[in-house]
Amino acid sequence: MGYPHQPHAKETVVLSQYFGDPEARTYQGWVKRGGYAALRTALARKPAEIVEIVKESGLRGRGGAGFPTGLKWSFMPKEKSKPHYLCCNADESEPGTFKDREIMRWTPHGLIEACAIAQYAIQAEVTYIYIRGEFTEPLAIMQRALDEAYREGVLGANAMGTGKRLDMYLHRGAGAYICGEETALMNSIEGRRGNPRIRPPFPAAVGVFGMPTTINNVETLAAVPHILNRGAAWYKSLCLSNPKSTGTKLFSVCGHVRRPGNYEVTMGFPLKDLLYDLCGGMRGGRTLKACIPGGSSVPILNREETESCLLDYEGCATQGTMLGSGGVIVFDDSADMVYQIMRLARFYAHESCAQCTQCREGTAWVTKILQRILAGDGHQKDLDLLLDLSEQMTGKTICVLSDSCAAPVVSGIRKFRQEFEAYLTGARRPAGAGVAV
Amino acid sequence: MSEHELVSLTIEGVDVSVPKGTLLIEAAKQAGVVVPHYCYHPGLPVAGVCRMCLVEVEKTPKLQIACATPVAPGMVVRVMSPPALEARKGVLEFLLINHPLDCPICDQAGECELQDYVFQEGRARTRYGSFAKRFNPVEDFGGDVLYVPNRCILCTRCVRFMDHVADDSILNVSERGDRALIGIHGDRALDHPWAGNVVDLCPVGSLISKDFLHKARAWELDRTASVCTGCSQGCNVTLDTRQSAVVRARPRPNPDVNRYFMCDYGRGQYRWMNGGDRIEAPLLAERDGLVATDWDHALARAAQLIKGAAGRTVVLASARASTEALFLARRLAGGSSVTGAFRVEYVPGEAPLSGVPNLALRSERAPNATGARVLGYTEAFDAAVRTASEAGLVLVLDEPLHGVPANTLAGAGMVIYLGTVLPEAARVARVVLPIANVAEEDGTFVNRDRRAQRYFQAKATPGMARPAWWVLGELLAELGRGGPFATAAEAFDLLSREDPSFAGLSYATLGTQGVGLPAARPPVVVPA
Ligand SMILES: Cc1cc2nc3c(=O)[nH]c(=O)nc-3n(C[C@H](O)[C@H](O)[C@H](O)COP(=O)(O)O)c2cc1C
Ligand code: SF4
Ligand code: SF4
Ligand code: FES
Repeated sequence: MGYPHQPHAKETVVLSQYFGDPEARTYQGWVKRGGYAALRTALARKPAEIVEIVKESGLRGRGGAGFPTGLKWSFMPKEKSKPHYLCCNADESEPGTFKDREIMRWTPHGLIEACAIAQYAIQAEVTYIYIRGEFTEPLAIMQRALDEAYREGVLGANAMGTGKRLDMYLHRGAGAYICGEETALMNSIEGRRGNPRIRPPFPAAVGVFGMPTTINNVETLAAVPHILNRGAAWYKSLCLSNPKSTGTKLFSVCGHVRRPGNYEVTMGFPLKDLLYDLCGGMRGGRTLKACIPGGSSVPILNREETESCLLDYEGCATQGTMLGSGGVIVFDDSADMVYQIMRLARFYAHESCAQCTQCREGTAWVTKILQRILAGDGHQKDLDLLLDLSEQMTGKTICVLSDSCAAPVVSGIRKFRQEFEAYLTGARRPAGAGVAV
Repeated sequence: MSEHELVSLTIEGVDVSVPKGTLLIEAAKQAGVVVPHYCYHPGLPVAGVCRMCLVEVEKTPKLQIACATPVAPGMVVRVMSPPALEARKGVLEFLLINHPLDCPICDQAGECELQDYVFQEGRARTRYGSFAKRFNPVEDFGGDVLYVPNRCILCTRCVRFMDHVADDSILNVSERGDRALIGIHGDRALDHPWAGNVVDLCPVGSLISKDFLHKARAWELDRTASVCTGCSQGCNVTLDTRQSAVVRARPRPNPDVNRYFMCDYGRGQYRWMNGGDRIEAPLLAERDGLVATDWDHALARAAQLIKGAAGRTVVLASARASTEALFLARRLAGGSSVTGAFRVEYVPGEAPLSGVPNLALRSERAPNATGARVLGYTEAFDAAVRTASEAGLVLVLDEPLHGVPANTLAGAGMVIYLGTVLPEAARVARVVLPIANVAEEDGTFVNRDRRAQRYFQAKATPGMARPAWWVLGELLAELGRGGPFATAAEAFDLLSREDPSFAGLSYATLGTQGVGLPAARPPVVVPA
């Protein structure tokens, strides 16, 4: 159910079933709700069978890239010659995204169970759950649940009484967006600066501490117990559009809608319905201007595109954007797109790890140009310059933070050029002090 | 699969075959193409951060970094294709927006990879406009190193050197985004014995040497291959000279000796090479003491003394003398029985560079002690000095004679002194012959691993001084024992003909990186 709202009839409630239900946070409460049954089933099977089931379900990564989860797991060495690791990516720092936070706040045991299953499937001794530094409340809840899980024998030397060893640690980040990037996350766990690593080698070969590692997003993992409980076929059947996108997805909707919050819908759900039905439409009789459907890193959609976009990997691609993390940022007709885009660019400029030249210098330069335009000092050539710099920042760096900065700039200029022009020609006056750079 | 398996590919239209696992940037060198790069350095772990080395690889959608992409069979690589050039132009523009463009006062100007590539591939004009550039004050990193953050391109070579080669992680990248800069541990200075290498590694003028600060412009310098005189490691170096003064020494790559590095102690060696206290003319002992003369007279007098000498000859040699001179000096003593001795300063403890096997500032602080030993000189220096008083002839080869009482040598009566400077004890010499120092002549040293390595003349000799091999060759010729030599190579040829330790070697075979001496003949083992 969407939190903090009452569930809407059009939602498909799987991951969010117990959002808002404090009892589900406890071990007893979780077991009462059928918790840890999936883990018990999993531990009775061979790891490879679980990988097969997840492959079969069609589950894909919810952290941004949409990589097929079962396939990712199958990249781990079959013959174990070294320790394996699972990293659960709970760094959730993508602007506009706040779904993993709710999963951890309300169903911590669900995530622990999910991690334990995945850990067993990839034959890892240890799971690190890497939690965003600012998530103090989710961290406390997770820690309590983890302590309980050890106490109750879910984890530890004799996990679920099977004689198998499963260990799990929470690792608190220090609040850098880049540490959500999977290889930066590994560096951070190792105590190094959170810089993304060049690939290859890929984490399944050389990951955290140089060992084979799988990294998955919180929401991706959270789906796994449900798949084991209800079957791959059931999960696969959750599909409203393209068969390559299955299951449910949590969308964190923020911005100018009446009821912002988390909503869980089946893959392929129309974005239009999400905004107008579930979220109650625009505030105060305003109209939709633009929407970023997948967190701040993906191209912006205009109104027409938004209203015809289907929320799955392919549906977003059809509109020239990406499903990303599922952070839906909504702008009504009062939004100043130039300002909004500057805010995004400024975020990336602040968060760039500074390794790649294009990203380190480009994110800051793009921000300065956008600020200049907003201040009424823009040059006619600035838009072409922004597009050219964005081109230089795309597809050339270690990670895609650089691309992420360029994406909203390019789509913003393409789709809302008149708003930029208005600043450049002086038709629009510089924003007041409150909105200033 | 064999380690030596070759992979064939095409780079800029040139077919090359390289060992499997070779990185594109190295394979491109074989095709005669230097892929522009900043963070890559063959002596450091790959970082792949500057993104300068982007090249086009056929059938790969994105441009690839040549410094981290291994070769694959049949790969077709384009370094100069429009997309690759465009991408690198972009990197150069980004690197320049915050760069102060203070080339006129920057020591790196003229040997700066930023200048070079911008000139080669960059755009003529900036599009940055009126934005303020990032500013951070110059920081003294300690040791010989200043950090000029405004020029830094964050290639992280310096950080990787300290982390992985020096194994002393005191540098880091601090801050993020365009605020990033190189930081140093709060309680530490760049005083590691090998820290000076960060100055050479820095591709721009961001890490600079205090010693070299504003001393010379790169284009005024002449560069000469040489060998460090600091210790018996024999690091290959380049001596940079301006107007016949050595202004700095920098490491010259040699994979077998010092890879890309040299220690700070070795860097400081160049100073003595510029000493102003030199003997500039041959001197003869006359009634009023030593009197300047010309070479003809001096050589004739010296030859006459040698011919007339009876009994033992003592050669007191410097372990900084060339192998050629050490050999010729002993030969000059001819049939008479010869005692050859040298001495070396030993400083306890070595200062290794941990990331490179068998590389350290050695405690034996002379470049040619091994050469002297191979040629039969011993370290029984004091004993040799004592016998000098009874010797028929004492030949001194640039040994500074510190602590040798003048009257000891005076007792010998017949002292011929070949030297660069004239110590008090040498004033008893009958003939003083001024010779070149290491920067002023061609020659060879033999390092501690018995590797013979050539050094080349970097500057003019002062006054009438001549290389020791020339002087000794002239004397040998007078005595009919070989010589004279027109070049050091000829002197070395005589050495290789006469001494089995050097058999088969020549200046051509030594090249610029040297070779090991033929293995000493193993002792004959008689089966029981
Ligand atoms: C700059 C950057 C930040 C990222 N931040 C997150 C994050 O906060 N949480 C997350 O799950 N994935 C994040 N990702 C994606 C991860 O790199 C990785 O793809 C993901 O965790 C894989 O999990 P999945 O396959 O389950 O989606 C980020 C990627 C980039 C490039
Ligand atoms: S693209 Fe940006 S954030 Fe990513 S590795 Fe490069 S500099 Fe760091
Ligand atoms: S100081 Fe020089 S070597 Fe170090 S990161 Fe900057 S440019 Fe590179
Ligand atoms: S030289 Fe290849 S990325 Fe820097």
